[in-house]
Amino acid sequence: MLEIKNLHVKLEEEDKQILKGVDLTLEAGKVHAIMGPNGSGKSTLSYVLSGRDGYEVTDGSATLEGEDILDLEPEERAAAGLFLAFQYPVEIPGVGNMTFLRTAVNAQRKARGEEELSAGDFLKIVREKAKSLKINADMLKRPVNVGFSGGEKKRNEIMQMAMLEPKMCILDETDSGLDVDAMKLVSDGVNALRGEGRSFLVITHYQRLLDHIKPDVVHIMADGRIVKSGGPELALEVENNGYADILEEVA
Amino acid sequence: MALPAQKQDATDARLASMTLPESGVWAKTAREDALSRVTAMGLPSARDEYWKYTNPASLVAREAPEAALHENDAVPLYDGIDRLKVVFVDGVFDAEASDDLTLEGVEIERLAEVSQMDIHWAKDLYGVLETRGQKPVERPMAALNTAYATDGLVIRATGQVAKPIALIYRHESTTSDAILHHVIRVEEGADVTVLENGPAAARFNKVMEVDVADKGAFHHVRAQGRDHERRANTHLYGRLGTESVFKSFTLTANGRLTRNEVVLELLGDDAQAHVAGAALGDGDFHHDDTVFITHDAVNCESRQVFKKVLRNGAVGVFQGKILVQPDAQKTDGYQISQSLLLDDDSQFLAKPELEIYADDVACSHGSTSGAIDEDALFYLRSRGVPEGPATDLLVLSFLAEAIDEIEDEAIADDILSRLEAWLARRRG
Ligand SMILES: Nc1ncnc2c1ncn2[C@@H]1O[C@H](COP(=O)(O)OP(=O)(O)O)[C@@H](O)[C@H]1O
Ligand SMILES: [Mg+2]
Repeated sequence: MLEIKNLHVKLEEEDKQILKGVDLTLEAGKVHAIMGPNGSGKSTLSYVLSGRDGYEVTDGSATLEGEDILDLEPEERAAAGLFLAFQYPVEIPGVGNMTFLRTAVNAQRKARGEEELSAGDFLKIVREKAKSLKINADMLKRPVNVGFSGGEKKRNEIMQMAMLEPKMCILDETDSGLDVDAMKLVSDGVNALRGEGRSFLVITHYQRLLDHIKPDVVHIMADGRIVKSGGPELALEVENNGYADILEEVA
Repeated sequence: MALPAQKQDATDARLASMTLPESGVWAKTAREDALSRVTAMGLPSARDEYWKYTNPASLVAREAPEAALHENDAVPLYDGIDRLKVVFVDGVFDAEASDDLTLEGVEIERLAEVSQMDIHWAKDLYGVLETRGQKPVERPMAALNTAYATDGLVIRATGQVAKPIALIYRHESTTSDAILHHVIRVEEGADVTVLENGPAAARFNKVMEVDVADKGAFHHVRAQGRDHERRANTHLYGRLGTESVFKSFTLTANGRLTRNEVVLELLGDDAQAHVAGAALGDGDFHHDDTVFITHDAVNCESRQVFKKVLRNGAVGVFQGKILVQPDAQKTDGYQISQSLLLDDDSQFLAKPELEIYADDVACSHGSTSGAIDEDALFYLRSRGVPEGPATDLLVLSFLAEAIDEIEDEAIADDILSRLEAWLARRRG
């Protein structure tokens, strides 16, 4: 599904190398987790994959289902099936959540040559997905993320993911700021989307989330590289001993 | 005191080309008084402090500069709204295109007719708010209007007016120079909505004086026509009684030069005045909102929300003042003026002012100028919305606070679709 090879990324504005050769292969239907200390480049990886400005790829490649995505516009990557749940979802005053969702869903359908959803069908699907994520009518009416609590914002990200049905979902610290109940809602939302060949890259600091969303592979990222990969037990090791041991071992 | 020579010459030149319309006693007096105000003040010049950011030369000139007609097949604004239509073509009343001027809860007459009478209630309002509004800042273009206006509506709302009164201003001659003057009296407890739409003329000078009695409500939504080369100088006056409501919203898309002045006096306690505007300019576009709100009563609220979206060298101007008189305690005054600059060529000039003589008031003002928020743009694009539509969505997001000031949902939707169409056309 997603193949990242020797990815090197620096900041566009300054001479700062952030990703220093990331390799990662994620098969269809699999869940991979990335853990790692703050500042190791996890969010950068997610931004570069989804096409944010400000980064320059100096070497390496990234393909989605064999297609090179690094030269595509963000919206083209989205239409190709990539989705990023933001670590810090953006507030957009004056644009209703519903309008935002409908615009996004229909833009992607249009890009794929599919017919736009009718207002009625759209509403039906929104209601259904919102209900399972405990997103109430008020949250749907309000401007995108404005006045939402941290947990509401994260649930809203998963709501968008559920509506857009991407093939490749990247979750950047979706668990941070969530209480136990919200964590359960979010995980259930993600698990409901598992299957059908959909792949997930879950960035997290905590084992907690991985108890709910069981990963097939866990990677440890440090200083712009994936320094160790293993099974779910690797996450437990981090939980119990922190990163120090692992980093020492690979140093 | 003698006027500066240049001002004197420009004023003489303009006045020499005009004649006061034939009038009955009351209007003749009002017009002659107005004319003497004009001669005393002189017409505005680029040297006047109040016209520092907007050059009045083309508004003052003898002849209206030509303005091409804008062909478009768009569905007329407010088309789906049950309304009483009053049509002016290049400033001339079009009886055939207009509805019968009878409507429950209101008396509607035409200035061209009532000005022929020797007495009419309009004498208590026509030119009266304009005269009051000459202090502390002179507004000679409004006095010029009072002197020479050829027509307009004279409206007296006595109750809940059955439907909106819609003024439709068509522009059919490339050289038309229209001067219209409306007076509106909202009697105690009455409620009226006035809509305006259209470019009106190559050059348009319009005054609307609105007197809202205690517990009266005046709602106003206007869309200034899309003709790229038209020029307009408008004055909207409001005098507010106790517990009265005055709400006005203006959409301006295109137009070479627009100066909209709003002059409001809150004279009765617990009154509420909201004025808002959304302006969109692309290229040769100069748009000026000049607002002066005087609080002279207790516990009143005023709100100014002005937003401008500018690109390709368009210029936006905002001069807004809140004056709180010593007795106007518990005043709640809010003013925000913002521009969204879609490129580096465009310009926003703002002069927000507060002058407060009462001690127990809450007044705030803010003015900003900024570009599209890159984080928000990326967020939208990452959800699959292409850059063009995503930018449009952010433009609408920027304008939302102003559009929210339109109370009637159907009218707000209409304005919104006009905005969306404007944005979509620019994307091609
Ligand atoms: N736009 C940026 N400007 C400056 N520094 C940045 C920018 N993006 C990332 N960095 C730096 O790159 C490093 C990796 O950051 P990030 O990808 O956010 O790490 P993580 O998500 O693993 O905590 C940090 O040192 C961070 O300060
Ligand atoms: Mg991060």
